[in-house]
Amino acid sequence: MSAPSLDELFESARTGNRRALGRLLTMVERQDDNAVMVSERAHRDAGQARVIGVTGAPGSGKSTITGRLAAVSGAARPAILAIDPSSPLTGGAILGDRIRMDNNVSSSTFIRSMATRGHAGGLAVAVPDAVRVLDAAGCDPIIVETVGVGQVEVTVAAAADTTVVVVTPGWGDAVQANKAGLLEVADIFVVNKADRPDARGARRDLELMLDLGHRGDWRAPIVLTTATEGEGIDDLWSEIERHTSYLHHSGELIRRRCRRRRSEVADRIELGLRDRALRIIDDQSGESAMVRVERHELSPAAAAEQLLATLIPDNPPKE
Amino acid sequence: MSETPGISPLSADDQEPLRVVLAKLGFDGHDRGLKVVARTLRDAGMEVIYLGLRQTTDSIVAACEQEDADVIGLSMHNAGHLTLAPRMVQAVEEAGLGVPVVIGGIVPAEDVTVLIEAGVAAVLGPGASTEEVVAAVRAAVARQSPVR
Ligand code: B12
Ligand SMILES: Nc1nc2c(ncn2[C@@H]2O[C@H](COP(=O)(O)OP(=O)(O)O)[C@@H](O)[C@H]2O)c(=O)[nH]1
Ligand SMILES: [Mg+2]
Repeated sequence: MSAPSLDELFESARTGNRRALGRLLTMVERQDDNAVMVSERAHRDAGQARVIGVTGAPGSGKSTITGRLAAVSGAARPAILAIDPSSPLTGGAILGDRIRMDNNVSSSTFIRSMATRGHAGGLAVAVPDAVRVLDAAGCDPIIVETVGVGQVEVTVAAAADTTVVVVTPGWGDAVQANKAGLLEVADIFVVNKADRPDARGARRDLELMLDLGHRGDWRAPIVLTTATEGEGIDDLWSEIERHTSYLHHSGELIRRRCRRRRSEVADRIELGLRDRALRIIDDQSGESAMVRVERHELSPAAAAEQLLATLIPDNPPKE
Repeated sequence: MSETPGISPLSADDQEPLRVVLAKLGFDGHDRGLKVVARTLRDAGMEVIYLGLRQTTDSIVAACEQEDADVIGLSMHNAGHLTLAPRMVQAVEEAGLGVPVVIGGIVPAEDVTVLIEAGVAAVLGPGASTEEVVAAVRAAVARQSPVR
């Protein structure tokens, strides 16, 4: 039995073979030597799909909404990428998003759960590649679910064309500190669990925040949903479509994607540099510098300057 | 077990977490054990794709393919194991998945050999310890793809 070539895997994935696509995603998820080739191959065909990010606090209803969205999109081959944190202690994870999706989506929806796997910057690198692979396989739209609104989530939100931020009644008290961050990433707000008291209050809070803070020519609309019942999901999909066409007409889509790829390349460089930094500390020049640091002859900052100069020649150490 | 033509296993790398699909087949509301097992396997460093209640062999196979899982874990408490478990094994074989099926829950002792002969990789029962659960899953994967 011979291993299939990448082209064969991509060919199968494109015709809807779940296993081939599942395998390709594992390759980029592992970020091993294969990953670079897979990413390269995927990048050739990618750029077609609409990428929608859904983010918000745990339990706010992201998975339920995501599954429903895939269903109402009417698309032939929607995909969902559901990302959950790995345990920092054991590296394990419970990926439970499918429970809230399976009942609603059709069998043509491709769902993949992904753990963050803890490696620094690893999430930021693996997610765009996974999206790229789904895109090259012909999936559209691609909906990326991520937990919470914080640093990592903002990075992931930057991986989407349209970012939907989900809040629930009473959200205002919970995320007092991060309102600015929310505004920054949200293209559309959802107040989910509208079956609960004070969904209107939550909407009012959002309106106020938008009145004060919103910039540019797109004001994030606010949609009330009861995802468990499917209520408001059609409206949400309409707003997503409206945002998609805004992105096209305003030229913002090109700008966003361009910015996204820039930051992806920057992330890659950062990861690569960090790898090399660790290696260089262990090689000869690094070791002798470290010995001098231990003897208090050289400061860590000065040692870093010296070693950096061997990594990047046109950055000579300052005397 | 045979592989689907064209797609071979990834090169083994024990740095990567095992990916386990956990589910209950059919009408059986006992999910307490499955939740315990999910936490146990997570704490052992595995990635648990939790499908929960009311799954079918088709939905489990689909999840396995999409998630590129290494092993399927089923929890059975409704006395349906003698039909359901072999049916799962057969569905896995038909799909050419090459992943082992591990079972836990209420299985009378005399049924265990029947299930093993039907291709189930391991059967655990009430009171199975954390270590036993983890070891059974690891061993099942190791036997299936010795490289790993
Ligand atoms: C709690 C319980 C319930 C709860 C379930 C709550 C829930 N959400 O899970 C409730 C009250 C709802 C319930 C209802 C019923 N139950 Co009940 N229930 C039990 C009871 C007392 C304990 C089960 C349990 O949670 N154990 C604790 C967990 C941690 O243990 P476990 O599931 O065995 O899991 C361990 C191992 O088996 C193993 N394992 C389990 N799954 C897996 C999977 C993998 C991959 C691996 C590696 C390991 C593994 O690891 C776990 C840790 O050690 C058992 C009796 C018993 N002694 O087991 C009866 C029992 C399972 N129930 C039974 C029955 C008949 C029913 C009912 C049909 C009616 C009734 N008589 O009450 C209903 C059906 C409900 C339904 N919709 O399916 C019977 C089943 C008989 C059979 N299979 O032949 C039992 C055995 C009681 C009996 N002696 O008659 N039940
Ligand atoms: N009352 C109510 N509960 C909901 C609604 N949407 C989701 N839920 C429930 O909220 C819980 C978390 O939902 P889930 O989609 O998993 O949230 P996530 O953690 O953000 O992905 C589940 O029990 C859902 O059934 C809703 O609109 N109303
Ligand atoms: Mg979720």
